[in-house]
Amino acid sequence: MTAVTPPTMTPPAMTPPPGLPPIVSIIDVHKSFGTFKAVDGVSLDVAPGEVVCIIGASGSGKTTLLRCINQLVQIDRGAIWVDGELAGLRIDGDKLYHLPEKEIARQRLATGMVFQRFNLFPHLTALENIIEGPVHVLGKPRREAIEEAHALLKRVGLSEKADAYPTNLSGGQQQRVAIARALAMKPKLMLFDEPTSALDPELVGEVLAVMRELAASGMTMIVVTHELGFAREVADRVVFMDHGAIVETGPASQVLGSPKEARTGAFIAAVLA
Amino acid sequence: MTTPAASHPSLPDISGHTIVAERYWGRWVAVAIITVLIAALARAFAVGQIEWAFVGQFLTAKSILEGLANTILMTIGAMTLGIVLGVVAAVMRMSPNPVLKGVAMGYAWLFRGTPVILQLLLWFNLALIFPTLGIPGLFSFRTVDVMTPAVAALLGLGINQGAYTSEVMRAGMLSVDVGQYEAAKSIGMTRLKALRRIVFPQAMRVIIPPLGNEFIGMVKLTSLASVIQYSEILHNAQNIYYANSRVIELLIVAAIWYLVVVSVLTPAQMLLERHYGRGGGVGR
Ligand SMILES: Nc1ncnc2c1ncn2[C@@H]1O[C@H](COP(=O)(O)OP(=O)(O)OP(=O)(O)O)[C@@H](O)[C@H]1O
Ligand SMILES: [Mg+2]
Repeated sequence: MTAVTPPTMTPPAMTPPPGLPPIVSIIDVHKSFGTFKAVDGVSLDVAPGEVVCIIGASGSGKTTLLRCINQLVQIDRGAIWVDGELAGLRIDGDKLYHLPEKEIARQRLATGMVFQRFNLFPHLTALENIIEGPVHVLGKPRREAIEEAHALLKRVGLSEKADAYPTNLSGGQQQRVAIARALAMKPKLMLFDEPTSALDPELVGEVLAVMRELAASGMTMIVVTHELGFAREVADRVVFMDHGAIVETGPASQVLGSPKEARTGAFIAAVLA
Repeated sequence: MTTPAASHPSLPDISGHTIVAERYWGRWVAVAIITVLIAALARAFAVGQIEWAFVGQFLTAKSILEGLANTILMTIGAMTLGIVLGVVAAVMRMSPNPVLKGVAMGYAWLFRGTPVILQLLLWFNLALIFPTLGIPGLFSFRTVDVMTPAVAALLGLGINQGAYTSEVMRAGMLSVDVGQYEAAKSIGMTRLKALRRIVFPQAMRVIIPPLGNEFIGMVKLTSLASVIQYSEILHNAQNIYYANSRVIELLIVAAIWYLVVVSVLTPAQMLLERHYGRGGGVGR
């Protein structure tokens, strides 16, 4: 195992709303692909139960930031704390050690992820997709997992589709199954990466409705989206990213309604155009 | 119903016409030619120097049936070893660890780069290099006692097969979208669990057709083990014709059995393909 240099522990630039300690603390995170800086010094705290929407132009690093949070991407510098644990690293004295793969897999259980292209398992039915993790990762009894899966399918409005394979579901239905699959692991935090941008316009609403319900139930959510209407209505905070950095953050009404930064205003105008 | 012609008075009304079935003259000519050729061939064999009674008699001879059983057992054994080694080598090849990757690549290079018959002879004659096998101080065997024709054939054919199968497995794994690995990881799976539960079942669709091909190839490849005295069907057929000189009759007996085994394997492959086609749009 290799020791890595401790990250510079600069205090978070963006302060969370007052109240509970943050469930996610992103501290000065950097990530490059080759010489290209995809995430360039991002700091962000998310409080339990908070819904944060991340907006920004294509290539501004939104997806990369989400993938850093659940360690699908390994960060170059900085620190990410999720639910009290330092992501990917073990602290021993003044040294940090990379965690073994098993531990990283365990840490990922705190977050659920919903992908732009659904990524359902095509060889499994909707129900089997949902129970896969509970049964084969958490070791839950199959019967119990099936019961919970039926409840989740009902919650996302797909009780009838338990035995359907993904190819026989519409995009909106697939994405709702994907949300149920993530929820089945009982995560503390849900990450959404443009969950509606691969959908036909008439199917966007049904997915947003499920997400709205989820937000209302108190789930902590970080949502990358171009749906400004959804952000305005559901988000506690909106974060605008550009060139891998956070340009502006604040209450949805402020960032979307009267942005302080010219770049934010230009982006919002372009999306609404 | 209004015919198009009614709304287009300038066009002829064809609503009452019938379509005349197409005639495939070319096909009939081809069938005729092939029938004549087959008849000529059948006549040549019927009047040729073949005692068909012997073929019928030896088809179920004890030694032939034993040889058949050994051919089938060796096919299954060598393919099983080949698939296990192929999966391990493919997973090693796709691993981020450069040492594992190098070992897997070296394995494929070595065994795909030399003829199988040479590998069989090397395994069978291993005693010439290592007279004893084992862990010094713990146990040891005389190599000639261990390296029987069956063991040498199993190792030679199986290890060689693994080198080819690893490429088939790798192609299968590469055919699965990276999003599947990511989704599997996002629900807490490790790399190996994701491979086993998510990637391999999907890769099967791509893996089974070439693997079925290799299985059929292995049925016939086992005949090479006759050179190291393994009593598979061809070896036993040869032993009989060395004694009674009915060379062609016994070769036909062996050919018939190979065809029978291969004919049974083809529908088995189709059933497997259907099983792994679940949930897929293609190949169902
Ligand atoms: N694995 C990778 N290898 C190389 N470059 C990458 C990789 N992942 C992302 N990038 C680059 O990093 C930049 C940021 O990508 P990212 O996907 O985070 O942007 P985004 O804000 O999500 O954009 P979009 O709205 O198009 O999804 C892009 O220029 C992209 O090309
Ligand atoms: Mg993106």
